[in-house]
Amino acid sequence: MTGKPIFSTIVRRWLNHSAKYASRKMVEIHAAEWPRAWETKEIFVHDELHLIMGGEAGQGLDTVSGLLVKAVVRSGRHLLGAHHVMSRVRGGHNNFRLRIGSRPVQGPPDTFHLLAAMSRESVDLHKDKLKDPGIILADAAWELPALPGMVAIPFAELAPRPVFRNVALLGVIGAMLGLEASLFEEQLEKEFSDKGDKIVSSNLDVLSSSMKWAVENAPSLPLPKADASIKMLSMDGNQAVVLGALAAGVRFCGYYPMSPATTIAEGLVHVAVEMNVVVEQAEDEIAAANMALGAAYAGARSIVPTSGGGFALMTEAVSLAGVSETPVVFVVVQRPGPATGLATRTEQADLELVLYAGHGEFPRAILAPATLEDCFYLTHKAFDLAEKSQGPVFVLSDQYLASAARSVAPFDLEVLAPITEPDLSDTDPENYRRYNWDGPISPRRIPGHGQSLVLADSHEHDEAGHIIEDGGIRVRMQDKRLAKMAVLLSEVLPPEFSGDEEADLLLVGWGSTCEVLREVTAGLRTNGVKAACLCFTQVWPLVPETFMPRLEAARTVVTVEGNSTAQFAGLLRKTTGFHIQDTVLRYDGRALTAGFVMERLQPILEAL
Amino acid sequence: MIDTKTYGEFKTSWCPGCGNHDVLVAVKAALADQGILPHQFVMVSGIGQAAKIVHYLKCNGFNGLHGRALSPAQAIKLASPGMTVLVESGDGCTYGEGGNHFLAAIRRNVNITLIVHDNQIYGLTKGQSSPTTMTGHKTKNNPLGVFDQPFNPVAVAVAMRAGFVARTFSGFHEHAVQTITQAIQHPGFALVDMHSPCISFNKVNTFAWYKERCKEVSHDPQDWAAAMTVAQAFGEKIPIGVLFREERSSKDTMLPQCADGALYRKAVDMAAVKRCMLAYA
Repeated sequence: MTGKPIFSTIVRRWLNHSAKYASRKMVEIHAAEWPRAWETKEIFVHDELHLIMGGEAGQGLDTVSGLLVKAVVRSGRHLLGAHHVMSRVRGGHNNFRLRIGSRPVQGPPDTFHLLAAMSRESVDLHKDKLKDPGIILADAAWELPALPGMVAIPFAELAPRPVFRNVALLGVIGAMLGLEASLFEEQLEKEFSDKGDKIVSSNLDVLSSSMKWAVENAPSLPLPKADASIKMLSMDGNQAVVLGALAAGVRFCGYYPMSPATTIAEGLVHVAVEMNVVVEQAEDEIAAANMALGAAYAGARSIVPTSGGGFALMTEAVSLAGVSETPVVFVVVQRPGPATGLATRTEQADLELVLYAGHGEFPRAILAPATLEDCFYLTHKAFDLAEKSQGPVFVLSDQYLASAARSVAPFDLEVLAPITEPDLSDTDPENYRRYNWDGPISPRRIPGHGQSLVLADSHEHDEAGHIIEDGGIRVRMQDKRLAKMAVLLSEVLPPEFSGDEEADLLLVGWGSTCEVLREVTAGLRTNGVKAACLCFTQVWPLVPETFMPRLEAARTVVTVEGNSTAQFAGLLRKTTGFHIQDTVLRYDGRALTAGFVMERLQPILEAL
Repeated sequence: MIDTKTYGEFKTSWCPGCGNHDVLVAVKAALADQGILPHQFVMVSGIGQAAKIVHYLKCNGFNGLHGRALSPAQAIKLASPGMTVLVESGDGCTYGEGGNHFLAAIRRNVNITLIVHDNQIYGLTKGQSSPTTMTGHKTKNNPLGVFDQPFNPVAVAVAMRAGFVARTFSGFHEHAVQTITQAIQHPGFALVDMHSPCISFNKVNTFAWYKERCKEVSHDPQDWAAAMTVAQAFGEKIPIGVLFREERSSKDTMLPQCADGALYRKAVDMAAVKRCMLAYA
């Protein structure tokens, strides 16, 4: 294949229009509709719209992006909104990237139709990411040299005080996108209701005057066509994890605050009383994990949300869950390490940590959600697997997936299978043995439920749970625990394959990067490349029969991961002997995007 | 009839003459006195000689990790508020490895009883100094004598206004039983620092040494300032008895989620889950 010119064209086109394929309809807007400063003759607005909003921490970017997300989703558009924040409360530079579509959207955008700047720095940082042409919203008071597409907003007039600037910007963007004022008004009333009527009415005034100003002075940037087929929700990955846990009947959460996992605990706190969940902020992660084990021993379905550094402290408790056969769900929301690393950024570098966490040998399952739906359904499944296998089960998420807002159809609560129950009988309590050898899964009774005495032990133990030293019992007990792997293996989620059956290029990924792989695969196929992707949402245990034929059939296999050592490819090699030569790895703390992958695939494609 | 036999007899791995035997007998007697049957309580422990106690009486037991007994114990109480929860472990496990959990448990005030077998030495690992080993005590790992100041658990607990702070001595059976009984009856976090000699690795703080020094306190245990003064005494005279007592609501009674029985009995309310989900519309 003589790919060079073709692929460089693909990549260029991708970066400009985020792979708007030729078949898609383009809407033309004429120059007459634009203000005088706008010198470009025409702008193409596709069935997707990409926005970036930038500003300092403390300027209210969070509030305004949240309101915008909700309004856009309520207007019937699909959306993905990802925050890029610095680890600080004031100053610095944060940005929020929004991808809006008439159909479900996948990874984060690389380039933008609109840059809304709340600080001057934002213009300098992001103007190069504008599509050609693109629009920049800036403060008129900055008196910036007129860049193409620059719209100077008189914030001093629209917002009586700086604190209202975020709402003024919201009004301007809302009007440009053609959103109804009512989509914002109700939200503003709710957002500021606890601050008093005066604040609410001031915000509403600012919104109204800003929308009016924009209608008269700013170009319109029509939203993609609304999808009226379904009433969508908007939430982030951690919120979907919370809902999955609630649907599974979570009753206890032990945690110690750590970005980016904290919002899971906070989401549970928010509904704790209504939903009968005890959420305990522990003195440290060690206590958080050990508390969860205690609660689980007492029958309460337990969850432990954390990130890599916190999870490192929990590994002894993971081992305790293994030997004591206690069901606990750990949600590890990855961020870049080592150590404190990049506290508010994303990475996929804790697969090996989670896979090997805990001394000794015991079975475990690791689920790696790729989408918001996965965050919900896989968290629910994790609780069932933990109960079924009586041990630790992991949900391996990451900062990007955890905090990116997405539109999503309501989850189907009807399809959820009931979670496996412990043994709630009290038959023959005198002879009850917690770890009996009748099978790999022994009856787990709940202390206090009846007369049966339930003994959980961190030592090697006999059937009753009493400490032992006998080598024979040890071997038998270890074999019993390891045999539980069969239970986990019987429920492994096979990787999802999409694309050409006999692909020249097969992309392999796991977790949150899968969406980008699907997008890249579709883009390549549209451009005539025989491509496919294999997306793993369960990374342990692996069942080679479910994917080896795919790996072997492909001409070239590339692993795409958010880490620097291709950990999953290493695991595949260890498990199957199959060596993936080519890698696309991202470990700068930023979420993987289709543009990033496309650029790095170019030399690999050229060598095909 | 409930008596100490209700909790069975088990072969132990403790040395003959070890104070732990006396602690075990006192705990059984206190449980029997209150009519608490084996299935009505959970005993939680960490790691150490003392922590093996879970295996030496009939009980629901959680023999967890070194230093971490308090964490599961508090969660067990929150998850199953109807159960009596006892925690037993040694001074190294509770005050050394588990020091942070000790402080947090006092603050959290979950209604559990912590009985620390305080022999001022590490027994299971054979004779290293512990957080409560006295300054100057020559141990295997401190041949020049311990330089570090000992941790005073009762003074720390009183300083933090733990609701029930007591000290007793395993050699005084009646005193130990009474103290444990009061601790279990206290509606909140209760600490019993139980001196219990290690006959193999502590040749300083022996049975006779404690017996000679342990004296019943006479101050008003509700007088915090007096308790603070008494709690600091340790040496020629070791004050035993209830040092401080102050009732306040325990966390397990304050959380609305913990009312109306154990958490595991509360079924999933899918209509409520749906409400939570639709809040994201």
